[in-house]
Amino acid sequence: MTAQQQKAARPHVDVRATRPLSPHLQIYRPQLTSVLSFSHRLSGIVLGLCALVLVALLIAAASGPRSYNALHAFIQSWPGQILLFAGTFAFFLHLCGGIRHLFWDTGRGFELRTIYASGWTVVAVSVTLTAIAWIVRSMLSR
Amino acid sequence: MERQRLRSPLGRAAGLGSAKEGVGHWWLERVTAVALVPLTLWLAASLIMLSDSDYASFIAWLKSPFVALSMLLLLIALFTHLALGLQVVIEDYVHSGAMVPLLVAMRFACVALAVAGTLATLRIFFGD
Repeated sequence: MTAQQQKAARPHVDVRATRPLSPHLQIYRPQLTSVLSFSHRLSGIVLGLCALVLVALLIAAASGPRSYNALHAFIQSWPGQILLFAGTFAFFLHLCGGIRHLFWDTGRGFELRTIYASGWTVVAVSVTLTAIAWIVRSMLSR
Repeated sequence: MERQRLRSPLGRAAGLGSAKEGVGHWWLERVTAVALVPLTLWLAASLIMLSDSDYASFIAWLKSPFVALSMLLLLIALFTHLALGLQVVIEDYVHSGAMVPLLVAMRFACVALAVAGTLATLRIFFGD
């Protein structure tokens, strides 16, 4: 039965809704390639929220010491520090993943071995840079 | 000549064809990404150095012409890049009629935040 015949026989049925679907994303085993692809988007969204905090910090500082101190106190609190840590990791992940994308844009690095090598490099470098950033920060605050 | 032959005579006469901006989104995303590599590394390093600073030292930091200029460039590149990235996310995952209103709202928010950040930076830079 063609889609048109089906629609004529049952006009109230949405033809597209009766078509078979491809398997849902959750059916597939997670792979480094797909996980990093999704992480790049997710970290981009997290960094969008960080950009919101940056603008809030600039506005608070422009408004005066009271609003600056209030926002600074929140950032220094435990929830603020956890968000800042997540933001730091998202930043380095997106930075390294972005450089990987720019490398791909030159038309290179698409062999399966290279894809996995650059993927694990992104993971290792972003974890290392996040650790270095927070070690330097804790050394400076003493 | 080879390219010309792929188009019909009518299409050529009517000026139909590509909108000449097919790679515009992709290219601007890359250009802002390249700009953001040094700008965000500078911001991250600065914020680590400033993490315990009080109001006076934060203001003094932003009063430096280099810092103010970098901050303005960062805000422009950052919110342009954010708008382009969020546009793709919305286009990919929102299939209802909410897509276009969401895209417009997202663009408005990005422009408003970029202008607000710029205004705050200029106010600190030119303030006394």
